Amino acid sequence: MKSYIPHYRLETPRSLGEALQRLASEPGVWKPFAGGTDLMVLLEAGKLPQRRFLNVWNLPELRGIIATRTHVSLGALTTYSEIRRNAIVEQEFPLLSRAASETGSVATQNRGTIGGNIANASPAADTPPALLVYDAELELISAHGTRRVAFHGFWRGYKQLDLRNDELIARVHLPRGRQNWRQFYRKVGTRRAQAISKVCFAGAAQMDARRIADLRISLGSVAPVVLRATATENILRGLTPTPALVHAAQEALGREIAPIDDIRSTARYRLRVAQNLLAEFCESLAA
Amino acid sequence: MNESPRKVRVQCEINGKAYTLEAYPMTRLLDALREHAGLTGTKEGCGEGECGACSIEMDGALVNSCLIPLAQVEGAQIRTIEGVANAAQLSFVQQAFLANGGAQCGICTPGMILAAVNLLSRNPEPSESEIREGLAGNLCRCTGYTKIFASVVDACRLARQ
Repeated sequence: MKSYIPHYRLETPRSLGEALQRLASEPGVWKPFAGGTDLMVLLEAGKLPQRRFLNVWNLPELRGIIATRTHVSLGALTTYSEIRRNAIVEQEFPLLSRAASETGSVATQNRGTIGGNIANASPAADTPPALLVYDAELELISAHGTRRVAFHGFWRGYKQLDLRNDELIARVHLPRGRQNWRQFYRKVGTRRAQAISKVCFAGAAQMDARRIADLRISLGSVAPVVLRATATENILRGLTPTPALVHAAQEALGREIAPIDDIRSTARYRLRVAQNLLAEFCESLAA
Repeated sequence: MNESPRKVRVQCEINGKAYTLEAYPMTRLLDALREHAGLTGTKEGCGEGECGACSIEMDGALVNSCLIPLAQVEGAQIRTIEGVANAAQLSFVQQAFLANGGAQCGICTPGMILAAVNLLSRNPEPSESEIREGLAGNLCRCTGYTKIFASVVDACRLARQ
């Protein structure tokens, strides 16, 4: 059943300061509302329990992509379209560029934001695997100041965030200097556009000749949160990916992920595809 | 705390004309366009951002009007299907859809036209894969898409002439 629209409030603070004051003075009462690509769907389905929202869409402090010597930082309101259009992101963080281009459609990409993708905390979200591979950090802001946390661990469980109810996600910081890492991204969905992932795989590796000096592996839609596959990484790190080693890594991945049966796919299919994508990633490193 | 519903007055420009829309803040732009502005060319398909039937341009960007709450429309410039033709002259995209059988039942057509117009404004000479990507958020259950893609290619030809 549809929601009763007059029940819902959506107020537009005039500044970031006013928004943070509102969140601080009435903790838990207000929730931020950005591009609406998730919240409006819940509203339409009658599944939006929260009734009061702060419209943060026009806060300039939360916009824009900034490059410093050490980091590229994206405002939480950076849309998928802005991510796709950014030359530095395309060059240095191609997995994020790919993820943005494979999320939804043009219309969704014009409204959906990186901060919203993180705050919505869907295990099937497409940018978080890229963010985990790049060791992203989040800048969180409140009336009391800012703090910076690793994105790895920010999602503590299904839809559980390390975010106080007076805080906003302000920016996503990506450390630079991994252009020479080999990078791999693959989203498996029902169709190429406008599909929610059955499995999403992101990987990057720093090669020393044929040896994997260092690597990151992350998967979506195979656990209650988008997962960094650290046990699988540990099997592969420092070694040359022989068939026997890849097989051992696939076994480790099978133990590390916890896929389920749902409307989009089955646990069995997801396990098989995740292991196949791991093998494909390892093969791409040997090439 | 006062929980009584409060309407908002939102000023915006639709197809070059100033409008003041008064409705609840979470009213979908789709409903404000159809019921408050009387512009019923924009259609509702799924109501959840999957089908693109309600596509419009807002500040030059293609968006699904079912996913935009009215409170976020303040000051926006909007273009709907009613604003695509220029007086008596259909746009190249509309002419091409007519000539190539790009429309059948017509429900997806306003959104499809807006998506095509928006694509060509960003990229006047799209490749076939760019056309497919530009229209990927717009579902059609009649045409099988072939004639829609042909219409967009033809619209590029008309624009070149």
